[in-house]
Amino acid sequence: MLGEGMLKGLAETAKNFAGSFVSKERMTTVEYPEERIAPIENTRDFPILIYDGNDPLAGLRCVACQICEKECPPKCIYIVKSTDKKPDFVGKPQIYPARFDIDISVCMSCQICVEVCPFEAIKMDTEFELSTTDRFGGLLYDRNQLSKSNEYYNRIHPTEAAEVDARLAEEKAKAEAKAKAAAEAAAAKAAAAAAAPKEAPAAPAAPKPVPAKEPGA
Amino acid sequence: MSPNSILGEFKTYRPPVMDVSEEGDELLEVAMGPHHPSTHGVFRMDVALDGERVVKLKPVFGYLHRNHEKIAEKASYLASMPYTDRLDYFCSLTNNWAYAIAVEKLAGFEVPERAEYIRVITAELTRVQNHASAIGFLLQEMGASGTPLMYAFREREKILDLFEELTGSRMMCNYMRFGGCRVELPAGWLAKVSTIVDGLPRFIDETEALLTSNEILMARSQGVGVLKPDLAVNAGITGPMLRATGVNYDIRKVDHYGIYDRFSFRVPLGDHGDIYDRYMIRVLEMRESVGILKQALRDIPASGPIIDPKSKPRGFRPKPGEAYGRIEAPKGELGFYLISDGTGNPYRYRVRPPSLINLTVLEDMCLGQNVADVVLIFGSVDIVLGEVDR
Repeated sequence: MLGEGMLKGLAETAKNFAGSFVSKERMTTVEYPEERIAPIENTRDFPILIYDGNDPLAGLRCVACQICEKECPPKCIYIVKSTDKKPDFVGKPQIYPARFDIDISVCMSCQICVEVCPFEAIKMDTEFELSTTDRFGGLLYDRNQLSKSNEYYNRIHPTEAAEVDARLAEEKAKAEAKAKAAAEAAAAKAAAAAAAPKEAPAAPAAPKPVPAKEPGA
Repeated sequence: MSPNSILGEFKTYRPPVMDVSEEGDELLEVAMGPHHPSTHGVFRMDVALDGERVVKLKPVFGYLHRNHEKIAEKASYLASMPYTDRLDYFCSLTNNWAYAIAVEKLAGFEVPERAEYIRVITAELTRVQNHASAIGFLLQEMGASGTPLMYAFREREKILDLFEELTGSRMMCNYMRFGGCRVELPAGWLAKVSTIVDGLPRFIDETEALLTSNEILMARSQGVGVLKPDLAVNAGITGPMLRATGVNYDIRKVDHYGIYDRFSFRVPLGDHGDIYDRYMIRVLEMRESVGILKQALRDIPASGPIIDPKSKPRGFRPKPGEAYGRIEAPKGELGFYLISDGTGNPYRYRVRPPSLINLTVLEDMCLGQNVADVVLIFGSVDIVLGEVDR
C-alpha cells in the first residue's frame, strides 16, 4: 500500500516524541547554561603548568627544557629560560621559565606537550568557557595565567594525578636516598681525605653553563 | 615539461560559460556553493543546466586547503599525528590508524595484541557513527529536515562520549601511536562500550523503520545517480560507493590489516549502484560493525602491553625506505604513503583520501539528472571537505 512506509516512519517519530516526556533515555538534551552534564574525567582542552605547594613560582615543576616548545606541532609555545636557578621538588637547583607563553588561539589541544614532558610539569586543563572580547592578548596566556596548583590538577583528573603523584614521590624518595648515600660517601671520602690529603673530591654535579643560543629570541 | 606548456594549460582553462545545448537552447550556468548548505563545507559545483537537466558539471575544490602534506614533511613523525585527525574530522581514529600503520611499516614496530583489539573497537565505533551521520545528512538534503539526522546524532553522541573518556577529545582523538595506543583503557570503559553496542541494533532498526520503506526516499533515490561498476573500478572508487555497485572489495577482507582475519563478518554488496543502494550498504555495514564489535569485546585480552616497548614518542629516525599503509576507512580506502630519508621527518608524505577520489565520478553520476538530484548524489558520496582539500 502506498504510504505504508511513511506511516511506519511517522509511528517511530511519534514514539520518540511521546517518549521524550516520560523516558530519560529519549530526552537527551540539557539546557546548557543552567544545566550541565558532569564532565568526563579524561577531557582535555588547553595546557596548564603545574606547581607544588602554594607559591606558583617557587613550586613550578617546569625547568624550561624547551622539549614541548620543540615538539609542539603548531608551535604555539614560547619559552624564555631564566638566568638564575631555583630548587625543584627534590631540592636540585634548576632553571625555570622566565617567560612561558601559550597562544591558545593557535593551540590545537593535541597534548603532545604533555606526552613529551619528562618532568610532569605540563598537563591539560578541562576549563572550556574561555571566550574573551580581546582577540589577541586575551588568548595569549602567560606563565601566571597558566600556573595551576597540584590540588587543582588532582581535582580535574583524579586518576591521572594520583599516578603522577605516586611517580614523583617515588622519584623524590629515590633522590633523597641517593643524596643521603652521596652525603655519606662524601663524608667518608672527606674523612679519608683528611687522613691522606691528595686531590680535591669529585665535584658533585657541577652546574652546567646556560647555553648561549636563545631560540626564538 | 617546459614552463611554457604549463602556462599553455592555464591558458586553455576557462571557467564554464553560457553555452548552448544541441537543440540550440541557451544553457544556464549555476554555481552551487561554495557557501551552500548541502555542500558539507566549502565545495563548489559549476553546473550547466538545460532547463532542469544537468549537461555539464565541474567540481571546484581547494577552499579548505591547509597544506597538510607539506607541513608533515617539515614536522616530526609524531607531530603529524594530530594533523591526521583533521583530515576526515568525523573519523579521526581511523585516520590515526592508517598513518600509524604506514609508520609502523617504515620503522618496523610490532603492535601488541591488546592494542590491535583496541584499534578494531575504536575503528568500528567510528564506522558506525560515520555511517549513521552520513545517512542523517543524506536525508537532511532530501528534505527530511532534522529528524533522521538528530536520531543519528543522538547515537553518535554516545559514541563520542566513549571516545572522550578514552582519548580526552570527542573528535580530534589523537589516540594511536606508532606501535600501539597512547593510554590504557579507563576502568569500566569496555563495559560501557558493551552497553552501547548492545543498544546499537535497536537504533539501526529504528532508522530502518523510519526510512527504508519510506516511499519518498525510494522515489527520490532509486535509479538516481547510478554508477556503473566498470567506471567505478576504473576511477579507483572505494568504500560503500564501490560496494553499492556490486564490486566485492573491502580492504578489511583483501588486506587483512591489523587482526581483521580473526573476525567473521560479511561484506554487503549492492546491485544497482544508485543512491538507495548506497544508503542500504551503509545500514548493513553498521550491522556488520556491531557484529565485529561484539566479537572484539568478547576476545580482547584482559591485560597486556598496549604499545611496542621498542617505539618511543620522539626522536626516532626510520631507515631510508618507503611504506604505504592503508585501511578501510568508513569512506573508502585511506592510505598514507611515506618516504623516509633517514632523518626525523618524512621526505615525502602523501595521503590517498577516499573522499577526493570518490568525488571524481560526480559528473558521470549527475549528467542527465535533475538539478535537485545533484544535491542528493553529492550527499550520497559521503565526503568531508577536510579530507578532499587537506
